Amino acid sequence: MKDLQLMKGNEALAEAAIRAGCDAYFGYPITPQSEVLEYLSREAENRTGMVVLQAESEIASINMVYGAAGTGKKVMTSSSSPGMSLMQEGISYIACAELPCLLVNVNRGGPGLGTIQPGQSDYFQSVKGGGHGDYRLIVLAPATVQEMADFVKLGFELAFQYRNPVLILTDGALGQMMEKVDLFPQQERKFEILDWALTGKVKERNHNIITSLNLKAEEMEIINIHLQKKYKEIEKNEIRYEAIDCDDADYLIVAYGLVARICTKAAHLAREKGIKVGVLRPISLFPYPYEIINKLSDQVKSILDVEMSAGQMVEDVRLAVNGKIPVKFYGRMGGVVPGPEEILKAIEEKLVGGAA
Amino acid sequence: MNEKALIDDEHFEHTLRCEHAEIISPENIVYEKPGTLLDVDMHYCPGCGHGVVHRILAEVIDEMGIQSDVIGVAPVGCSVLAYNYLNIDFSEAAHGRASAAATGIKRVLPEKYVFSYQGDGDLAAIGTGETIHTCNRGENILILFINNGIYGMTGGQMAPTTLPGMKSTTSPFGRDVATMGNPLKITELVALLPGTYYVTRQSVHKPNNVRKTKKAIQKAFELQKDNKGTCFIEIVSNCPSNWKMTPIESNHWLEENMLPYYPLGDIKLPNGRN
Repeated sequence: MKDLQLMKGNEALAEAAIRAGCDAYFGYPITPQSEVLEYLSREAENRTGMVVLQAESEIASINMVYGAAGTGKKVMTSSSSPGMSLMQEGISYIACAELPCLLVNVNRGGPGLGTIQPGQSDYFQSVKGGGHGDYRLIVLAPATVQEMADFVKLGFELAFQYRNPVLILTDGALGQMMEKVDLFPQQERKFEILDWALTGKVKERNHNIITSLNLKAEEMEIINIHLQKKYKEIEKNEIRYEAIDCDDADYLIVAYGLVARICTKAAHLAREKGIKVGVLRPISLFPYPYEIINKLSDQVKSILDVEMSAGQMVEDVRLAVNGKIPVKFYGRMGGVVPGPEEILKAIEEKLVGGAA
Repeated sequence: MNEKALIDDEHFEHTLRCEHAEIISPENIVYEKPGTLLDVDMHYCPGCGHGVVHRILAEVIDEMGIQSDVIGVAPVGCSVLAYNYLNIDFSEAAHGRASAAATGIKRVLPEKYVFSYQGDGDLAAIGTGETIHTCNRGENILILFINNGIYGMTGGQMAPTTLPGMKSTTSPFGRDVATMGNPLKITELVALLPGTYYVTRQSVHKPNNVRKTKKAIQKAFELQKDNKGTCFIEIVSNCPSNWKMTPIESNHWLEENMLPYYPLGDIKLPNGRN
């Protein structure tokens, strides 16, 4: 297969999983991400020997991931919003047991069964926890089909570096749209025996146990302290963002994923009208780029947060700004994608008009 | 203490003192702790079947010489700490999800022996879906199902396998099948699925049953090499604490009440015989 392709986001992601040397994928079909399982079902096993299994439910999928990730192999799953809700139990266990794995949420409009159109209303669930207990995922938000592919490789690297689940938080539009993608070369499937993994107890070491249980409160607290320390380390090292036309900006838009691209168009339209707007796109949603937003809030007059939700990330923008300047919100819900014109209108009404 | 017992005790002491070295010589040892069983106290209640099942499982692993090739999965329930006792690589799993986790392990490490060790609440209630589908896919794993007809860990609530009329903390007047449903014979159910290869029901309440159960476990591990499907062993067991009986009473009760409903014996054999 050629490296330069015109591909759907979901297919680019699936192809990237094969090329990243992924060992196993466990999943369950749900729109708008079923192409991931479909693509892998026809492409993966013959090419690399990667295991692809359609589970009976998302609950089973994530627990298959949990089992397989415990062996130290490269394991992934993908789903969309209602399916991700079903996986939250398993994700909490995986986070506590510190298992590396890659999760993908092709977010659609909710709540409930919702729509099959794109949404960003799983931000809280993805970034703030989702399952029970104090834990964090490393969350990456692609904005292009290219990033859908690239973040698979990056996601696996981060997952193994920190022994932490990594979530690619994308949406139905990015999953379904076709774009040019330059694919990284096929990597070998290598099985490195990791000292903590379930590979069969050999004489040279004690038996390995994968568990999230510790019945003694004081010992469970020690595990929690260790996890929090790891999250601090991740916050120190893994913040990623893209700053577009921010240097001379008077106003700032903060948006992630596909919406950030639409906002960039809106910012161009604003500049044509003489309003200097920049766009800050958080790429890592955990860890969150608080510092750069805080820094930019010394420069710009006000900030507009745009999301396909009722306003979830806006809480993090407000934390970053810490009350220094007004933070306004514009959002569409239930699967509606905002257009550049309406975002321009929001800039004019909420930022320029509002700040005056 | 009566006179005879006193004499017997003295005789025993004498034997220990005089013949210790002679008796405890390697060629005379017929019974010792299996190497796969760790030298720690178990948390199980006195008289509970888990300790016996752990022991025979460890014996089979030792005798087959597969300690470095076995990976276990224990879920939520009394056996959640099974990994503290068995010296093999082990994963705990979420409640009911052990067979899914075991599927994940087996699929990426097909050359290993993988088993799940589950109670009735785990396997036949919250994990019914995972159990049925794992068996239906014919995953090449062993599912060990300990059925004591009650939720042990949480203090004696009704399980899917609780017998009609049997009292529990959530069926304090006895299980009324009209409102609480019927006991679930999940072992017969999974035996119907083409994915299962060897399905049997055993117990560990008497020495001869312990031996039969051990043979069943050994057979299941040997069959796992053939990659022909899921081996499923139900072990009807007791819960003296939550049945509120002495260990001996509980074993009698098991025989009189559990076994008529959950009859022992092979349900599905590898060669297709029932």
